[in-house]
Formats: sequence, C-alpha cells, structure tokens
Amino acid sequence: MKLTGAQIFFECLKREGVEVIFGYPGGAVLDIYHEMPNHDIKHILVRHEQGAAHAADGYARASGRVGVCLVTSGPGATNTVTGIATAYMDSVPMVIFTGQVPTRLIGNDAFQEVDITGITRPCTKHNYLVKDVRDLARVIREAFYLARSGRPGPVLVDLPKDVIQASTNFVYPETVNLRGYRPTIEPHKGQVQRAAQAIRKAKKPVIYAGGGVIHSGASEELRKLAEMLQIPVTTTLMGLGGFPATLKKGTKEFHPLWMGMLGMHGTYCANMAVSNCDVLFAIGARFDDRVTGKVEAFAPNATIIHVDVDPTSISKSVIVDIPIVGDCKRTLRHLISIFEKEPIQNLDEKRRPWLEQIEDWKKTHPLTYNQNSNIIKPQFVIEKIYELSKGDAVVTTEVGQNQMWTAQFYHFTEPRTLITSGGLGTMGYGFPAAIGAQVARPDKLVIDIAGDGSIQMNIQELITAVCNELPVKVAILNNGYLGMVRQWQELFYNKNYCQTCLSAAPDFVKLAEAYGAVGLRAVTPDEVEPVIKKALEIPKPVIMDFVVDKEENVYPMVPAGKPINEMLLV
Amino acid sequence: MSTNGQNGNNQRHIIGVLVENQPGVLARIAGLFSGRGFNIESLTVAVTNEPGMSRITLVTTGDQHIVEQIIKQLNKLINVIKVIEFRDMEFVEREMALIKVRADKQSRAEILRIVDIFRAKVVDVSPNSYIIEVTGDEGKISAILELLNQFGILELARTGKAAMARGKKEYGKASKSVKPVKSVEREKEFIDE
Repeated sequence: MKLTGAQIFFECLKREGVEVIFGYPGGAVLDIYHEMPNHDIKHILVRHEQGAAHAADGYARASGRVGVCLVTSGPGATNTVTGIATAYMDSVPMVIFTGQVPTRLIGNDAFQEVDITGITRPCTKHNYLVKDVRDLARVIREAFYLARSGRPGPVLVDLPKDVIQASTNFVYPETVNLRGYRPTIEPHKGQVQRAAQAIRKAKKPVIYAGGGVIHSGASEELRKLAEMLQIPVTTTLMGLGGFPATLKKGTKEFHPLWMGMLGMHGTYCANMAVSNCDVLFAIGARFDDRVTGKVEAFAPNATIIHVDVDPTSISKSVIVDIPIVGDCKRTLRHLISIFEKEPIQNLDEKRRPWLEQIEDWKKTHPLTYNQNSNIIKPQFVIEKIYELSKGDAVVTTEVGQNQMWTAQFYHFTEPRTLITSGGLGTMGYGFPAAIGAQVARPDKLVIDIAGDGSIQMNIQELITAVCNELPVKVAILNNGYLGMVRQWQELFYNKNYCQTCLSAAPDFVKLAEAYGAVGLRAVTPDEVEPVIKKALEIPKPVIMDFVVDKEENVYPMVPAGKPINEMLLV
Repeated sequence: MSTNGQNGNNQRHIIGVLVENQPGVLARIAGLFSGRGFNIESLTVAVTNEPGMSRITLVTTGDQHIVEQIIKQLNKLINVIKVIEFRDMEFVEREMALIKVRADKQSRAEILRIVDIFRAKVVDVSPNSYIIEVTGDEGKISAILELLNQFGILELARTGKAAMARGKKEYGKASKSVKPVKSVEREKEFIDE
C-alpha cells in the first residue's frame, strides 16, 4: 500500500511507541499537521519551539522514554537548538523532527530555509536530512534506535516538504543495520575482575556516581553494591536520585552511606572523601570540570575505576587506572555477583575507621543556613517544599543558585525525580521540562524550582500548562538578582554587580493570573508554609513568588580551578 | 593519576578512517577536529573498492593521550565504520605532489636530472616551466622540493598522505557483518522494571 511521507511519519511513530509530540506548526510541516488528526497521538502545542525541545527532554528524563518534538523549518528549527544542546550534554534520548524547504530549493536561501543538520552536527548524537521518501521509514527507525541505545542522546531528522508529500510503499524495517554503530554494552570481564580486586583491597573507597546510573536504570544495583560493601556514595548533580539520600522519603533520616553531591557546590564530606580516598569507583559520570575542580588534585591518591558506556568519556580529563566500557547496570550486576560469591572478609572492622572519618566530616561541616531574621532564606523554602511534598515530587530546576540549593536541600530518593540541565546549564529549562515531566507522570506532583531570572526565559509556556491542564507548580526564589552571577561578582569581581540586578521585574502573581494560572506570594518566613500548602491543594498551575534574601550565597563553594578540598564554607 | 596536559610529546600520527559514503561525513570529521581543538595536518579522502565506503587518511599531531581521544571521538561518529592508527605496525605511506618549477635554458637539464634521480615525471612543459609529478613518502617529497627550490617553485599541489599496513592483515576492511538490533529492546528494559 502506498502511503505519503506524512502518513509514514505517523505509522513509524506509532511503532516506536510514541504517545506524545511536543511541537509547533509552520509552513514546512503543514502536511504532517494536516495528517495528525487521523492518528491517535497526543500533541502538546507549546508557545515557543525552545519550549518544545525542553518539554520533550523533560518528558524523556521523567519517563526514560524517547521524547519527540516537531517543528517547522528555519526559525522553528533554530529555536530548538538550545534544547537539543541541553539534551546532548545530559545524554537525553530525543528525536527532533524539523521541517525543511522542498529538496529542489535546498541551498537556495529559500524562505525559512536553514541548514539545520549543519547547525546541529556538533550537538546531536547524529542527524539526517531525508532526501527521498523511500528512506523515511528506515531513517526514523534508526533515529529512535540511536537516541535510546548506548549513550542516549538527541537525534535530529530534517524533513523536506516534498519528501513528506511524496508517496511510497510503506515497509517498516524489522531491524536496524548501522555498520558504524555498535555500542559496547557488556563490560570486559577481565576489567571487571581488576576493578573488583582494587575494591577488595581498598581501605578508603568512595563511589562517585553520575547520570549514567539513572539512564541505565541501575540505581537499585548501585544501592545494593554500596550497602553490601559498605562504601560511602556521592553523586554528581545528574546522578541525584540514583542513590537514596534518605531511608524514608520526606524525612531527614539520611542513608548512612550518603554523602551528598560533590564538586563546586558539593558537600564538605563528599569533597573531602573524594580527595582522601584510596579507590574511587566512578560510574556513569564523566569527570566534568564542575566536579573535579583542579584535575591534578582530584582524588590524588586513588586508584580510579571508571565505568562508562561511552569510551570517549574515559580518560578524557582525568586519566583512569581501570577503565570499563559498558552499561552501568550490567557492570554493577557483575560486581555484585563477584562479591556475593566471595564476600570481603571482616568488612565491618575493615571499614570502621573510614566510615568514622566520613561521619566526622559530615558533622563538622553539614549543609546549613540561618533562618533567624524576618527575611525568607531560599534554602528554607526548599526545605519546606521537601517536607510538604513528602519528598515525593518530581522536581525540575532552572539554572543557578535555585538549582544548587535544590541539589543541596531537596533530598532525592528515586531516579528520575530531579530534572535539571547539568551540562549545558540552560536557564529557562526547568519550566518547560516540568510540563514535559507532568505529561509523562500525570499522577505526580511536579515542581519547578526557579529563580526570578530563569523563569522569565520561557514564561510563555505558562499558557501551555494552563490550556493542557497540567498542574505544574513553580516556586520562584525571587532575590531580584541573577543570583549565581551576582555571587561570583561578590566573591571574585569586587562586588561590581554589573547588569545582574533584576529589580525591575514583573509582578509574578499578576502574571500568573493573566495567564489563567494561580499566583501566590510569600514575603515573610511564616508565610512560606501556608503558600506551599495552598499551592499543593490547587489542581491548576500555580506560581509561588517567594521574596527571599537578596544576597544569600550558595556554600560550600570551590572557586573555579581550585582543588575540591579547598572550599569556601559558610 | 596524571592529567590532560601537554607533555611536549607532540608526535605526528597517521590515522586511517573507513567511513560510510554519506553526505556530510567529511563535515562531521572536520567539525570534530575544529570543535575539539585537534590539529589536521593533511587529509585525503576517496572511495574504496567496497561500494558505499570511503577511506580517509589524515595526519594529526598531539601526544598519545590526545591521539587516543581523537580515535575514540572518530569511532563515536555513526558514519565511521573503522579507525586504524598506523602505529606499532609496518605500513607504507605515500604522497603525490605536482610541482610547477621555473625552467629556463640554463636550468632545464639540471632539473631533468633531478627528476630522473627521484623517479619523478615531467607531466607538462612550457617555455619557462615544468610541471613535475613525484610520488613518495614524506622524506622523498621534502628532498625533491628542497632541491627544486633553487630554480624557483611557482606552484605546489600536494595530495596529503595515503597509508596502508603491510602484509596480509586487512586493517582496512570493515570487520564482521553487523548484527542487526531490535530497536525497542532498551526502552522495554526501562519500562519492564
């Protein structure tokens, strides 16, 4: 049977199990939109294509499925680029369909033409320009396979208008045949054995886990290995939720092995532990500069084991001793079975001095702040949100202080509950990502913890949340500044607060109302709890405007380029 | 533990890359080098005897750590089928150069002698110049250029290096047939658990 390109598009999406598209129509993709009502697929109409990309990304992170977005050519396509780069840096599986001018016009500087495959080449896992409708089904099949397999990532498919209009016999390829793509999933047995030996001998081991643990669904295995070998755990920002911070959701009964996040705004304990460990077991993490600080001084005395599905991540910035290319989950399972067969002798006795040291570090410099004045401290707001949401929300963040305080004061116990732009650090990410997360998890409370700067970067999506009845909550930590930039100006640029003051700001409560959402405000500490409680009761999108301390800083802080054990503390 | 520092060990490396003959594949490779700050000294590309496959030979400089990263990054590109570093193996490298050299009455005989010694060829003659074709490894090309320099080199076109491992082993063949994969497998894993 002959189908048009547009029909093939939907047939393929159906077979890939796609239930929702985040998109925005335009001339080049009109044929797809014309065909859409004939298919049982949900479409969320955003108000800016960047919102579509971030929402698809948030959907993917919250669900573990491939996020899909559909936009038109030219500006529609370029508007997704920040979203694509965000997903690429954080290894999020996404397929982005962009319209393109008809093939005969390509290269002609046609209306709304842009070389989007050229533009996105460095920020996609792979991309395609489909020049013949007969390739369409195969390309879509490959795009989804590439997006979700190996190290996941965004794949862009550019669809010229005449290709979508043309017809061909539809055959959905049974298999994918990519000669140049064979990700290593199964780790090398000998290397796993070497890693096990190093761990067995370790007196002061540390586990440093990243987002790869979450992508591969390995958090259960990670907890099991850590508990069975009594190894303290720290994670990166992307790894939060990959190991349970607490034993009971919503409480402060911390898991005894949990040290908190490491790196620039990591905990004192995590940074000290990494700096003093003798074996560092890095899994699904990539030794980012925000984690390592000065690389020469990162885990200086440790034998470093590094598990990653992407060989380019290994020995990129820090040379490791025992590299293991493979899937986190499979590698952890192998290690667990090795240690089940042959447990470490006298484990408790062996670990006692190290765990006592860790406990001591936790006690000497815990994460802290002072809520004693009549001005709301931003950390207090996050603690209250944690408490009142019973630690059971899906939390997205914007980027900056709001993001770091969330990482420090909301305690994540499950994977896929913190959704944040780690690698690219995209302001304006959190709100559209929350919309995507709410679509993926309609049963869950979804909260975007925002700053007054970031929220304005994609505020237009408020109407998307309202009209799709997505009851996303936004908590703005409103300090009237680009807080993190101001903090750097305070500490390293002689308090020259050039262009970081946002005191000219919209009234966020009225803004929420203008969009048909609900706006609430808290100005004093005792108003915080009632505002959050009320927001959680309202089954609509709510913006909470918390007027917080203007010059509160995120501590600890490792100045850029310093070793991570040289922290500025409160 | 050591780090990604320049340790002054900047050697030249010859890398062979087998790629799928797809539009944009050269741009992907060139973009990889510029985006990550790697050097390209020379780069040649042409089709192979296998349909749909091209072979790129590139020369780059860097310490072993950087070259390892280059090879990994090249391998990560979806259209790259195989990467071969010509190291720790016997291999042949060749380059071709076309050299337009000033040739007047006094120098013509001397130039022809040099051409002869280098087993090069004169492929074009004009009243005032020759075009000389020479093939060889880098040393040979440099040597003839040095000798011809005295007469005045008017124009120079070099192909860049092509390289191949000696003997039986077929480094340049795309290994194994590819095992096709079911695309939904991984996602199922997530959803099941």
